Amino acid sequence: MTHVLDPDALSHDARALVAPLPPYDDVTRSDAAFRAFLHGLPGVDQVGAEARAAQLGTRSIKTTSKAWAIDTAISMVDLTTLEGADTPGKVRSLAAKAKQPDPTDPTTPKVAAVCVYGDLAGVAREALQGTGIHVAAVATAFPSGRASKAVKLADVRDAVDNGADEIDMVIDRGAFLAGRYLDVYDEIVAVKEACGDAHLKVILETGELKTLDNVRRASWIAMLAGGDFIKTSTGKINPAATLPVCLVMLEAVRDFRAATGRQIGMKPAGGIRTTKDAIKHLVMINETVGPDWLDPDWFRFGASSLLNDLLLQRQKLRTGHYSGPDYVTVD
Amino acid sequence: MIGNDRLAVRKTYKLYVNGAFPRSESGRTYEVTDAKGHFLANAAWASRKDARDAVVAARGAFAKWSGATAYNRGQVLYRVAEVMEGRHAQFCEEVAAGEGLSSSKARAAVDAAIDRWVWYAGWTDKLGAVLGGSNPVAGPYFDFSLPEPTGVVAVLAPQQSSLLGLVSVFAPVLATGNTAVVVSSKERPLPAVTLGEVLATSDVPGGVVNLLTGDAEELGPWLAEHADVDAIDLTGAPAGRAMEFEREAAGTIKRVVRAPAGGEPDWAADPGITRMTPFLETKTVWHPMGL
Amino acid sequence: MTSTPFEYAPAPESRSIVDIAPSYGLFIDGEFVDGTGEAFKSVNPATEEVLSEVASGSEADVDRAVRAARRAFEKTWGPMRPADRGKYLFRIARLLQERAREFAVLESLDNGKPIRESRDVDVPLAAAHFFYYAGWADKLEHVGLGTQPRPLGVAGQVIPWNFPLLMLAWKVAPALAAGNTVVLKPAETTPLSALLFAEICRQADLPAGVVNIVTGAGDTGRAVVEHPDVDKVAFTGSTDVGRSIARAVAGTRKKLTLELGGKAANIVCDDAPIDQAVEGIVQGIFFNQGHVCCAGSRLLVQESIHDEVIASLQRRIGTLRVGDPLDKNTDIGAINSAEQLARIRELSDIGEAEGAQRWQPACELPAKGFWYPPTVFTDVSPAHRIARDEIFGPVLSVLTFRTPDEAVAKANNTTYGLSAGIWSEKGSRILKIADQLRAGVVWANTFNKFDPTSPFGGYKQSGYGREGGRHGLAAYLKGADQ
Repeated sequence: MTHVLDPDALSHDARALVAPLPPYDDVTRSDAAFRAFLHGLPGVDQVGAEARAAQLGTRSIKTTSKAWAIDTAISMVDLTTLEGADTPGKVRSLAAKAKQPDPTDPTTPKVAAVCVYGDLAGVAREALQGTGIHVAAVATAFPSGRASKAVKLADVRDAVDNGADEIDMVIDRGAFLAGRYLDVYDEIVAVKEACGDAHLKVILETGELKTLDNVRRASWIAMLAGGDFIKTSTGKINPAATLPVCLVMLEAVRDFRAATGRQIGMKPAGGIRTTKDAIKHLVMINETVGPDWLDPDWFRFGASSLLNDLLLQRQKLRTGHYSGPDYVTVD
Repeated sequence: MIGNDRLAVRKTYKLYVNGAFPRSESGRTYEVTDAKGHFLANAAWASRKDARDAVVAARGAFAKWSGATAYNRGQVLYRVAEVMEGRHAQFCEEVAAGEGLSSSKARAAVDAAIDRWVWYAGWTDKLGAVLGGSNPVAGPYFDFSLPEPTGVVAVLAPQQSSLLGLVSVFAPVLATGNTAVVVSSKERPLPAVTLGEVLATSDVPGGVVNLLTGDAEELGPWLAEHADVDAIDLTGAPAGRAMEFEREAAGTIKRVVRAPAGGEPDWAADPGITRMTPFLETKTVWHPMGL
Repeated sequence: MTSTPFEYAPAPESRSIVDIAPSYGLFIDGEFVDGTGEAFKSVNPATEEVLSEVASGSEADVDRAVRAARRAFEKTWGPMRPADRGKYLFRIARLLQERAREFAVLESLDNGKPIRESRDVDVPLAAAHFFYYAGWADKLEHVGLGTQPRPLGVAGQVIPWNFPLLMLAWKVAPALAAGNTVVLKPAETTPLSALLFAEICRQADLPAGVVNIVTGAGDTGRAVVEHPDVDKVAFTGSTDVGRSIARAVAGTRKKLTLELGGKAANIVCDDAPIDQAVEGIVQGIFFNQGHVCCAGSRLLVQESIHDEVIASLQRRIGTLRVGDPLDKNTDIGAINSAEQLARIRELSDIGEAEGAQRWQPACELPAKGFWYPPTVFTDVSPAHRIARDEIFGPVLSVLTFRTPDEAVAKANNTTYGLSAGIWSEKGSRILKIADQLRAGVVWANTFNKFDPTSPFGGYKQSGYGREGGRHGLAAYLKGADQ
């Protein structure tokens, strides 16, 4: 499966080729218009956003709600391995865990997806055949995104051809920070096209964008360009998913649906390790965008170690006593 | 009259309100005598309506005066000292006559009154630093406090010290950015009128100070109860009425400076800042610090 | 919100941590003593359950307390080395921290405020106030009143029911740090945390008579204010009572500070960070059920974003949880008393009768106790009573403006001047509006923040004097020339 590099993709046109959904269909008509739109979005006060996120983190969840929350969180996990050392064996082992996270308890829900590099998407696809678990592949010169557009598009097509039905792309943070918003937009549009039927998750890499104003603007670029999900981070940069960043991104998907009618999913990734963290996110969804997003189709956790903690807590709820690391499987 | 002695042109003593010199709207005057009882002048006898007009003038002047830079206010107050200096002899005569002082004591009082303006002129741009500052709150906020003028201040000036006492009570009101309605000493009003003329020819904007000659006992209750007066200095309130004025001032939660216990203080003493702080509010502003 | 399996189960804080006695006496001269007045009941406003019977201080009791305070001022606390006075206050701060959970639960039981607030705001801030002023005790020559500032003597302090322990701390900590002794009267409906504080004083070995707590109603307060041997009166409460106190001390040598009512404008400009502004509006008016003198009870929103802000606000209010104050998930607790509830209802009804639009979220209120749902009035004009009168409840009046000048004019169009808010992303606009507002505390892009280092107090009929910072000490000291 070879792809000819598309020479057109290398030339930049100031006007976006594909217009966003109304009422935003004219905001990408020029660099200046797009910039004016993005900088016209309400600002985010960092201190206020952090205080709100912290407050949501103090909600107390007990018993029945907690059981539901843990199962929901498990079903939202994109079980991830993104190492240079990944092998087909490692991916198959992860796929097995995805199907049956807790071998001692078959009532444990399966996870939402397995997330791997594109070259291993085929292995994951084969291992997960018939399970309903999605195969997500990172693409577009993940994690840095520093490659030509043509290479990025080829990377996407390759992953899709290998069997990925979800593509996790990274935005061009360099272009974003240089103020070339339309370039960022166009690239996402092109990647979306290259995805075909695969769902597109757009990684903003918020740890590199630094400010919450930038997070909000990048979220809007991704949503306007046709991304199906917006995702915080690659997991390779610290900080990754923080509660204030998630709050701002959830506000973005909330406002976008209110304006366009289109619902966008949200995926925090990296840094979410404990059941407590996961539940804080669910609380935040519940109180920011509402229960419509409390569903694996609309919310995912990009994580690896989180799953084991969720399983330990699940065992604790079921048995009534604390569990230990030997009672869950190593990845 | 003998020979070529010139017949003096006497001054008509009037009120000083909103930068102008009106007679009392009531048409009333009263006789002012020197310490020995000899006729000096007929002073305007301010009525409650004059007091009302003076409050309107003071309120009208407040925004501009309180909004002027502290440096500007300092220069204006210093200018008052300059212009007073030019009328030094006249003030000495009026103080000596009114208070029955020797010429050297009168001179000392006038000197001190002029120097008091210089003292307060130098305070205008120090108050923010001395009384304000940033507050190290336990959180990601920049938080600072600043002194701000209270608003319109009614001043019942001392009855004894007709110039030094007068300046000592209302210069600090001006220095802090407030505007003032001042009721002069009833029996010794002439230096107040002359001071009004000095103010009119200095750079003090009209309305910032309004000087009423008349009876604090009569005007006090109107000013104490006036809802658009923010603070009142009862220094010159007649003994026995101060408590009543203070009670009336409570109706609108006015800031009150009580009459000093044990009669008028030594006005020549170092004034400190205790005559400025009662007419200052502290405003605290919070703002988050985030990226 | 549509039904979801994700309902927060009740997460009540255990009340077993606090031991409430069936009855309490007065705390005078280091001992709990019987009052000579008739005892009254303190009620949990969330359940109407009687928590305890509390002695009511008579004039004679107040006299006893003032005499004890005078003795302590002259014999122990006044002559004590300033550093040692500071150490006692540090001890108190630490004891409050050690028993923080107990105080939080007691405060929520007696006052009706959510445990989230008593736990995260009232009690920690009270401890912080003692810790802050403790450090001042041996540094008074740096306050700015000359090299030899002196305490005033006996301070009579009367505090309100909205932040019982915190207001106690705001009053007692600076007074003691400055070398005064105090007679404090807690509010009639919320005396219990002050009585627990008396126990803290005993645990700290604070000398007898330095802190005296005389519970009771208005008459007891009047006796404290009018006692001839009180040198300083400090009051927090309504402007009406403030007026009568100012009248009562007229003609005396008592120093007076007043922290009274408010009707703060919360100005939201079209360039505001909207999501945080909505949080700020909620925090501004629903914090402590709106029982806050500096509450942002008048929302001034720029006309161009009115609809958007109101929609966001209503959505946000829909997520507020009203109910059991001891539930850690509760955002809005109980109204403090039947009287206060009646006043909130009355003013709300007047608002509706005057033509304002009342909006309340669908929310189930407990059957017993005193409750009022979060309420927003739109189409409010400056002439409406709900735009002028302090409601002291969870009721927001929304007005609009077109230009910053109009916002300032409307914000200042009140006899109060305690606090104000501004929301804008433009720094110079914030500073200009902050400069023009006639209010003692201006929160820009935040609201209802408090800190012991930060002076707090009002302009105009919101009172005079400041609490917090070195300004707060000046209220309890006199310079050598005074």
